[in-house]
Amino acid sequence: MRRLPYFWTLLFLTLAILLSIAIGSVFIPPADLWRILTGWLSTAPLPESLQTFAFIIASIRLPRTVLILLTGAALGGSGAAYQGLFRNPLADPYLIGVASGAGLGAAAAMSIQWPYTFWGLLVVPLAGFLVAMLTVLLVYSLARVGKTVPTTNLILAGVAFSAFATSLTSFLMLRSTGELRRAFAFLLGGFTQAGWNPVLTILPFLAIGLGFLILSGHALNLLQFGDEQAQQLGLPVTRTKTLILVAASLATAAAVSFSGIIGFIGLIVPHVMRLWWGADYRRLLPLSIIGGAGALLLADVLARVVIAPQELPVGIVTALVGAPFFLWVLRRAKNQGYW
Amino acid sequence: MTMLRIENLFVSYGPRRVLHDVSLEVNSGEVTALIGPNGAGKSTLVRAVSGVIPLLGGTICTNGDDLAALPPMRRARYLAVVPQAVSLPPAFTAWETVLMGRTPYLNFLGQTSASDEDVVRRALERVEALELAERRVGELSGGEQQRVLLARALAQSTPILLLDEPTAHLDLQHQVSLMEMVRQLAHRDGLAVLIAIHDLNLAARYADRVVLLVAGEIKAAGTPRQVLTPDLISAAYHLPVTVVPHPFVDAPLVLPGK
Repeated sequence: MRRLPYFWTLLFLTLAILLSIAIGSVFIPPADLWRILTGWLSTAPLPESLQTFAFIIASIRLPRTVLILLTGAALGGSGAAYQGLFRNPLADPYLIGVASGAGLGAAAAMSIQWPYTFWGLLVVPLAGFLVAMLTVLLVYSLARVGKTVPTTNLILAGVAFSAFATSLTSFLMLRSTGELRRAFAFLLGGFTQAGWNPVLTILPFLAIGLGFLILSGHALNLLQFGDEQAQQLGLPVTRTKTLILVAASLATAAAVSFSGIIGFIGLIVPHVMRLWWGADYRRLLPLSIIGGAGALLLADVLARVVIAPQELPVGIVTALVGAPFFLWVLRRAKNQGYW
Repeated sequence: MTMLRIENLFVSYGPRRVLHDVSLEVNSGEVTALIGPNGAGKSTLVRAVSGVIPLLGGTICTNGDDLAALPPMRRARYLAVVPQAVSLPPAFTAWETVLMGRTPYLNFLGQTSASDEDVVRRALERVEALELAERRVGELSGGEQQRVLLARALAQSTPILLLDEPTAHLDLQHQVSLMEMVRQLAHRDGLAVLIAIHDLNLAARYADRVVLLVAGEIKAAGTPRQVLTPDLISAAYHLPVTVVPHPFVDAPLVLPGK
């Protein structure tokens, strides 16, 4: 498995997609799933018996699968970017406050009853996204020293802001009466909104953010040598770090605005990819994007199946499953594993 | 030919003056050693010249071009820096590390061509580290890592080479072999080499010119024999020293004590 990283990762993603489409409160047998998918690719109409399944797939499963795919991709990609940017194995997409900002924005928005219209449904995610980006902007401004942005300052400011935002969020949740549970569920992560709206809403941010990150592999490699050496080798360090930070935060903020705070994907997926296929960020970033998408899809399948017909919040599954899995991978690669 | 001309450099860390009116020249084909006690500003000077510290005043020129005004990418085609081999990312191989030296000539994606790989191979051969190419840097010894960093700087194909205390953590045999290589790079390949070094006798033996920096000011500049005198060195290091002729090399030998 040392070779062909893209093949194996894409295979993993494809299987995860198929599972995500097939499994749910109504199980769609693989044979029927195959007939429906091939039927769509040809122009012939589908037989009557498959119409129900086809409807479930098209209007419920597929949009949800794509949303989860995009969210996992954003978390995996920005997790890898943050780990490269901060040169820290504990870095995840929430390091400088995106999660706490999104949580605060969402909780604040949830304390008001919005009408059940197109815009009404968008208010909570929009508020989450805006406050998340605002938090990043504030943290960045606080951390700046002259013309440079030292990573230590970013981490410290991020931690301070996160603590502040989290306590505000807890206060809001305590004060509100019915919304406490809903806000709490948001913080645990889950995919509650149906249809293609969420996908279309976050797609441009993800395209820009992840698109830029995929191109930044070489820059991230250079940054592993430290800001000084990277600059001496010719990289315009401050400008590059800022752009990578913005791109990763954009993708993360967009993703968590609809999915809530899902942990471990952004932390673990890049580590696993690094352990198996090396620390070259030109490869690590795309692989983390694909791997993150697949991992979150699998976690969501588990979340739907484990206590069916109820759904576990995805964030709980990623933590419960992700941590032991990562420890297992770490043990196996103990001697060759390099940070 | 003067390749690097530093004139009236002023650098400070906040309110603290670190470099005061520093001027010096580095010529092609020569090794210029920068010596001085700890805190004198040797590393600061190297870092300021390479552009990672802002200048309060002064100019850094090569052949009339103002280096300080250039963006990092262009500057990196004139100047390459060999830092100390500490906390290098352990996962890259030696080959990948040296390949980073080609960055000034690559696009943002870092796409390399066959000619870049040629340069990397020749750089590794030059420092006698080609057999280390596929080894991870984290597995290499200090001396081997330092040679890889030297190869990386050579891969930058620059006329000027700056070294910041490269022998600081090396064993004796690695110190000697590195200095031999550095001298060859100047004398045989014509590079302009500025090396900040704290070992006075290595400077005496391998440098063509020596510059003495004390408390941010240049106290003396000239040949090793001219600068490594008992008066100058005792005053700089606050320690009585004796200077004798080296037993088998045409260079002074500095010994502490009288």
